[in-house]
Amino acid sequence: MPKYLILKHYRGTPATVNDVPMDQWAPEEVDAHMQFMTDFGTRLEESGEYVDAQALSPEGAWVRADDQRQPATDGPFAETKDLIAGWYVVDVDGWDRAVELAGELSLAPGKDGKPIHEWLEVRPFYGAPSATGD
Amino acid sequence: MAHPFDGASLRPLVPAVIGVLVRRGADFATAEDAVQEALVEAWRTFGAPGSVDRAEPPRDLKGWLVTVAWRRFLDVVRSETARQRRELAVELEPEPGPTGTADDTLQVFFLCAHPALTPTSAVALTLRAVAGLTTRQVAEAYLVPEATMAQRISRAKRTVAGEPFDTLGDLATVRRVLYLVFNEGYSGDVDLAAEAIRLTRQLAALAGPDGQDPETAGLLALMLLHHARRPARRRDDGTLVPLADQDRSQWDTALIEEGVAVLQAALARQRRGEYQLQAAVAALHADAPSAAETDWVQVVQWYDELLALTGSPVVRLNRAVAVGEADGPRAGLAALAEVDPDVPRHRAAAAYLHERAGDRDTAARLYAEAAELAINLPERTHLTREAARLNRAAR
Repeated sequence: MPKYLILKHYRGTPATVNDVPMDQWAPEEVDAHMQFMTDFGTRLEESGEYVDAQALSPEGAWVRADDQRQPATDGPFAETKDLIAGWYVVDVDGWDRAVELAGELSLAPGKDGKPIHEWLEVRPFYGAPSATGD
Repeated sequence: MAHPFDGASLRPLVPAVIGVLVRRGADFATAEDAVQEALVEAWRTFGAPGSVDRAEPPRDLKGWLVTVAWRRFLDVVRSETARQRRELAVELEPEPGPTGTADDTLQVFFLCAHPALTPTSAVALTLRAVAGLTTRQVAEAYLVPEATMAQRISRAKRTVAGEPFDTLGDLATVRRVLYLVFNEGYSGDVDLAAEAIRLTRQLAALAGPDGQDPETAGLLALMLLHHARRPARRRDDGTLVPLADQDRSQWDTALIEEGVAVLQAALARQRRGEYQLQAAVAALHADAPSAAETDWVQVVQWYDELLALTGSPVVRLNRAVAVGEADGPRAGLAALAEVDPDVPRHRAAAAYLHERAGDRDTAARLYAEAAELAINLPERTHLTREAARLNRAAR
């Protein structure tokens, strides 16, 4: 079965429909959103499609080696347009199912309990060469 | 039917059995492997569930483990010596004599927390060779692949391979490792906090009966008092409940009583250290029927002493929050002004004190900033929720 990465972004996606920062929601709406995410993970486990889920802190930095071969940092990422918030890795029948799951995730409730219609990025993993693919 | 055999009951014997093997001349790394194999064999022989012909466990399980592990060790050495075309094995038969002492067990603690090891390696080696967990259990507890953990443990064993086994190490390094294990909490099927408590209990007994080593007793008390609050620290949905909002009837009173008793015996020795002082703060919280009824003046006094001892910026931050409770939020904010703003949770503390001082707008902004800086997701959610609560009140 192919694996897909469903990426959530803090920022860098096209505008969402219900685009209000979380600290402007009601506390119960924050709870409802978090519960939705937990339930989504649970459903993936129950359907046998879950591989991994991780959330990233928005903190961090760019790193590269300088001329003295020492690591040099730049950042934090304040100016970067794109900031990844986390991901699900799913192992599913194919692209259509991955898109279906990302669609479910996009409907996570936001302000006033209405769906956020968040943009999720779905990316196929390169798998190992198949036994019959030569 | 045989009485139920609990594999976990063997694990407290592990460091002592390794100690015996090393005392008899085995190298630590091979001895440790041999003891792990003996554990598996014990489980197969006495504990395999559903096995009709499993044997009754012997009365002297430690003796049994020593015998089996020593046999395993000899097998390894013999196959190696055979490879090297030497005939030394006969010299490796154990001499009759003592079957290990408390000091040998303590040596295993020291070796696994050796200063040459990184904290990550020391934690992994301690969980295997002192706690007797399998590599798979350690890997699951730290959410890394088993092969990664196996590699980490074998590298750690190589690092301490040449270390002498008879010079006593520093108990402080062992305490630090156990504290790290405790703080990791729990995931997978191993409760690391409970495991850390068990090992600290063992260490305290080895370091001297009746609290002769007050700092190890202080660490044990600190763990017990924090562990007692665990049932109240999370809601069913995994969200955090701050100390002030916890349902204190859910605190484990037996653990609190034990923690307080251990701490009092330690403090009576008049050799204070940072774990005793942290435990003293925890004991004051445990003693209070509510956050408001906490003896905050005394909490500040313990933090003063802790700060004088450690100079830690984290202690300075916690002290500022306590000052806010003892002398009012303005005093707390003044104390907070002395704290490095890069200390974790600085924004969250500032938000809390500003709200108490009546400046809800500033508090809401700081809570939202604090959420961005949170070090885990439940904390991030909690801080976002606090910001949301204040923002709603402002509308």
